Amino acid sequence: MVNFKPTEDQELLRETMKSFAREVIRPGAREADEQNAIPSELPAKGWELGLVQNSIPEEHGGFGSGRSAIRASLKIEELAYGDLAMALHLLTPRLFTIPLIVAGTDQQKAAWLPMFAGDSPVVGTAAFTEPAWDFDPQELSTTATPDGGNYVLAGRKCLVPLANQAKAILVYASAPDGLAAFIVEPGAAGLSISEREKNMGVKALDTFGVELAGVRVPASARLGGEGADVQPLIDAGRVANASMAVGVAHAAFDYACEYAKERQAFGVPIGQKQAIAFMLADMATEIDSTRLLAWQAAWCIDQGQPATREACLASRYATKASLEVADDALQVLGGHGYIRDHPVELYLRNARGIATFDAMAIV
Amino acid sequence: MIDFELSKSCKSIRDMTHQAAEHMMRPISRETDENEHDKPWEFINAMWEVSRGTTMVGGTDADDKADAKAAGPKEPSERILRMCVTVEELCWGDVGLYLSIPNSGLGGAAVGAAGTPEQRRRFLARFSEGKPKWGAMAITEPSCGSDSAAIQTTAVRDGDQWVLNGTKIFCTSGLMAAEKSEGFVVVWATLDRSAGRAAIRAFVVDAGTPGMFVTKVEDKLGIRASDTATLVFEDCRVPLDNLLGSAEVKKTGKGFKGAMATFDATRPIVAASGVGVARAALEFVKDTMKERGIEIRYGAPLHKLTALERDVIDLEGEVDAARLLVWRAAWMLDNGIHNNLEASMCKAKAGLVVTHVTQKAVEILGPLGYSRELLAEKWMRDAKITDIYEGTQQINQLIIARRILGYSSEELR
Repeated sequence: MVNFKPTEDQELLRETMKSFAREVIRPGAREADEQNAIPSELPAKGWELGLVQNSIPEEHGGFGSGRSAIRASLKIEELAYGDLAMALHLLTPRLFTIPLIVAGTDQQKAAWLPMFAGDSPVVGTAAFTEPAWDFDPQELSTTATPDGGNYVLAGRKCLVPLANQAKAILVYASAPDGLAAFIVEPGAAGLSISEREKNMGVKALDTFGVELAGVRVPASARLGGEGADVQPLIDAGRVANASMAVGVAHAAFDYACEYAKERQAFGVPIGQKQAIAFMLADMATEIDSTRLLAWQAAWCIDQGQPATREACLASRYATKASLEVADDALQVLGGHGYIRDHPVELYLRNARGIATFDAMAIV
Repeated sequence: MIDFELSKSCKSIRDMTHQAAEHMMRPISRETDENEHDKPWEFINAMWEVSRGTTMVGGTDADDKADAKAAGPKEPSERILRMCVTVEELCWGDVGLYLSIPNSGLGGAAVGAAGTPEQRRRFLARFSEGKPKWGAMAITEPSCGSDSAAIQTTAVRDGDQWVLNGTKIFCTSGLMAAEKSEGFVVVWATLDRSAGRAAIRAFVVDAGTPGMFVTKVEDKLGIRASDTATLVFEDCRVPLDNLLGSAEVKKTGKGFKGAMATFDATRPIVAASGVGVARAALEFVKDTMKERGIEIRYGAPLHKLTALERDVIDLEGEVDAARLLVWRAAWMLDNGIHNNLEASMCKAKAGLVVTHVTQKAVEILGPLGYSRELLAEKWMRDAKITDIYEGTQQINQLIIARRILGYSSEELR
């Protein structure tokens, strides 16, 4: 039966994320962007939210609440509202743990998950995006070639968050039988991590290029074993992307609304002018549209239904809507929107990233 | 718990309605568009037989109670959502024909929202018996549309009657409700022009009441199967208890607010009708592409998608978004949650989406799209009304803006 109300547990979770985003994340967002670094105390504080440990099964040391795309979607939106770079930092280990929970073999789960269920932060990550304008998520140019009982990985990746401190990297590559993912450990021969990348937005997030020059991994490192279908993981990445977009757009919208109610022109707050008010009305409608599309796709994933179409619609819609909303928010502030004293230019730079991000987070 | 699965009863009525849309509406879609003022009586009579007294196309008080009984005390109602789902199907068939289906319509919605239980029984019972009947709502006047507080039509008490004088335009099904059936028209009039919106009330005028005249039936861009009438009231007398709600004029303007609350229920339904038309156009485009072996590659990167695929993916996102906004507004109302903001959002969005999607469909289909041999051009003409009636795009933007900014109608005019 159709229902738009999150469960009480989900509401509680949402509230927790909301206050963390507003009280812990937001106050440090500008400084983090200017310094190209997250606040040093963030990882430890963020770890207490249980973003990573929650979904890990109890038998592997986690809290065992399982994987829920809807729950993740709600969390990601709230965190991204605080600051996208910091949200992505906190969510990064999930790029490794969620695929394992969803698609990993029993041995892979037992070998890797307990490490991420402890009391202090542990980093895992995933390498998906490739540094090419014609990057194709369905046909990666990074290859996985079988060689005896091993696979040999070759190719280049970019936008790999926290690659320099990851205990393991999930590398996506084209295997002869289709798209696949492989668990690669740091220090593997042939694996090299570039200098920290310089991006337009999410500047506080450490991202790296990763080069795989004939990295040899055992067949047992293939996620889910031979023939495992990783398309659902890509769908889950797109839903996360859409939810991040909602958070960023919502942050920009809220700031513009507050500004419009305070800023006076011609004797009234500019919010009382239809030219501004109608812009804000459209922004609100687009934010809700994007959120509902993200929920729809997340729901499909949780139902075990094919979600490629829904995830694609949500992600593509989010790409356009979040950029438009952030751009309109900046316009509401006029010249002030262009100045770094206000956060709106930061939201605009972050929103632009949504189009480029693929599997930078996962639900 | 967040859930996008329709209930079994919703699905089954949707599937039934789809059959009607496909087999009863589509085949006569073109001819009813070409012959604007001829009523498709065969269709009307058939629809009356299958739908009268049900919530398939319009709700009645009796249905509410049956619903509540069937659902049990703990199950939430699904009445508005079910209507949205069925209306989407019917309008996938033909929106003009949907509007011409005999039922209590917007007039019934006003009686349902602002009337007493006695009034609901008195005025709505007729829609489940006898011959086909229509209910209509008359708000718009030659000199006022969205600004309904500026209504000039007057209602003056004379003994045990109200005397109505004024002119109403753009009254959907006005001809059928006022003259061609034993239906009624809900007429909005002011008890005191100097008191503004606080004095606006709704009056039920039964078909055939002396003093009510249909003076014009409009020629329109689209939705031609439905009549849009001008009604003139000249010393038109109705019983005192045909006034919906209370006659007392208070400064709070509660009567007007009550009447405006009708829109919280009708806007999601009108928005759903837009979603139906948009879906019809988009499905036709996709089916046409499929005939040439073109399937949409949803996961593919931008540089590999054709411009056509990109268009279709974007349009599909728009249609899904509009539908989800409609469902949310309907779900809220069904669950007793105030949905004024969300009702306006879904209406504003659906109006834009259906206009855009149908225009793109005509563009994509080229000469096929522009030809009156096919229905795409008709859908484009039919679509535009969704962005106008039941509150224009701009009026809904205004309502949304007031809600999100916390402004009164005085602060944000």
